[in-house]
Amino acid sequence: MRTLRLGAGAGFSGDRIDTAAELAENGALDYLVFECLAERTIAIAQQARRTDPTAGYDPLLKARMEAILPIRAKKGFRIVTNMGAANPLAAAETVAEVARSLGLQGLRVATVTGDDVLAEVLQGEHRVIETGALLAETSGTILSANAYLGAAPIVAALETGADVVITGRAADPALFLAPLIHTFGWAMDDWTRLGRGTLVGHLLECAGQITGGYFADPGHKDVPDLARLGMPIGVVSENGEVVITKTQGSGGLVTPATCKEQLLYEIHDPARYLQPDVVADFSGVRVETEGPDRVRLSGAGGAPRTGKLKVSVGLVEGCVGEGQISYAGPGAVARGRLALEILRERMDLLSIPCSEVRGDLIGLDSVLGTPRPAWEDPFEVRVRFAARTNSLEDARRVAREVDALYLNGPAGGGGVVHGAREVIGILSVLIPEDRVHPQVHIREA
Amino acid sequence: MRLRDIAHARAGDKGDISNISVIAFDPANFPYLERLVTEDRVRAILGPLIRGGIERHALPGLGALNFVLHGALGGGVTRSLALDAHGKCLGPALLDMELPDR
Repeated sequence: MRTLRLGAGAGFSGDRIDTAAELAENGALDYLVFECLAERTIAIAQQARRTDPTAGYDPLLKARMEAILPIRAKKGFRIVTNMGAANPLAAAETVAEVARSLGLQGLRVATVTGDDVLAEVLQGEHRVIETGALLAETSGTILSANAYLGAAPIVAALETGADVVITGRAADPALFLAPLIHTFGWAMDDWTRLGRGTLVGHLLECAGQITGGYFADPGHKDVPDLARLGMPIGVVSENGEVVITKTQGSGGLVTPATCKEQLLYEIHDPARYLQPDVVADFSGVRVETEGPDRVRLSGAGGAPRTGKLKVSVGLVEGCVGEGQISYAGPGAVARGRLALEILRERMDLLSIPCSEVRGDLIGLDSVLGTPRPAWEDPFEVRVRFAARTNSLEDARRVAREVDALYLNGPAGGGGVVHGAREVIGILSVLIPEDRVHPQVHIREA
Repeated sequence: MRLRDIAHARAGDKGDISNISVIAFDPANFPYLERLVTEDRVRAILGPLIRGGIERHALPGLGALNFVLHGALGGGVTRSLALDAHGKCLGPALLDMELPDR
């Protein structure tokens, strides 16, 4: 039976490059996919593009291409990536430049644009999914609005014969689904196969999170050689079944347990995983070991897509000032609590306008908000204080108050770090798919 | 016994919603998980964080439960003042749950 080998070379913007190169070299891949866009990456990248029109794409694009394009030239796999972020055309230019500098003339780079729907979203009425309020009545300056494109424009880009396809915002699984549709000729209303292809993409999109990354728990779930964690390969059949594996000799492991954790990662109702191309159904998936580091997943399904695309809207939502300081020895927790009391009082004394304040004792309550009964008295504790303000200047004043605990706070405070930043928030709206018009552009190195 | 002895967990985030999968190491333990790892027991550990409802999806074929926790991420990953704004720590935190012996 005909199969396609898809590799995942990144699961987020900051992912490892050396292990992606190892996968490219030894994976016998047909496609290598780099998924690098988190929820607010585009909003931040859009800000970068405003100050520099040639910026706004993934900061590691050049380094990744320098490592991968020479291997691609030998092995012949095709590359699909959303590293275009807020500026996919500039990203394509950079890929072409890297190719030329490596003597790889003739590389064909296709770019998918059209995810930027800011103009569309600024007019008309759009209800915010998270709050139910109208977007136009939401506070905060809107920076960006990007629709999650489906697989179709990526398939169109592959049909031009492109060696590299660069997108901005696209649904993460669509980066993997598109090569499957392109290769196997799946119909865009074959909901079962689109559902299965979505499962393949969902399993692979976080790269090392299915080969033993984000999994190890010594003594309970041991993972070998995480420093050289292998990135995953999906071997996909024409019927959409997949075997997840990794290169021989790489670190990590592929087991039913690693696959099940990734299968449910960021899923709400497993029977209705909403995607631009299909409503995927993971509720009946079967997971079976097929050999060492080889796990087969079958039984996913799908139902007709909703006809609406999710749009991530990026907004400036004020600022945060924060800082941390450590205490140790007998009474460390009491001194930490005292430090937080002092900081709260200082906000009032200095009349720093804060809309929200938070104090944590790291090691005790920073995750759950209250200590677990069995963990009351650690030897050391790290205090962290954060406050939301309207202006960056006020946020800096908050941060300086943590710094001032050195000389003015409880005994033995050390190791202050502090800082202030602008907050980019993300809200979501839905728009009809026919209001979005993706385009494919070709350039050659 | 603690939940950690018979199951593993992973947390994921979307906006202000956290989901935590709880997966039996041995699928034979799934009926036990299904009976005992209830929404109420989840709220007993993570309750201070959760401002909305809890949904539980059962996946007997995987031997897994998937908990969807609304309003659990301090207003959302991008605006929360929490250190772990994604709630990545919540999966292992939930494994501290005490369970009665069978």
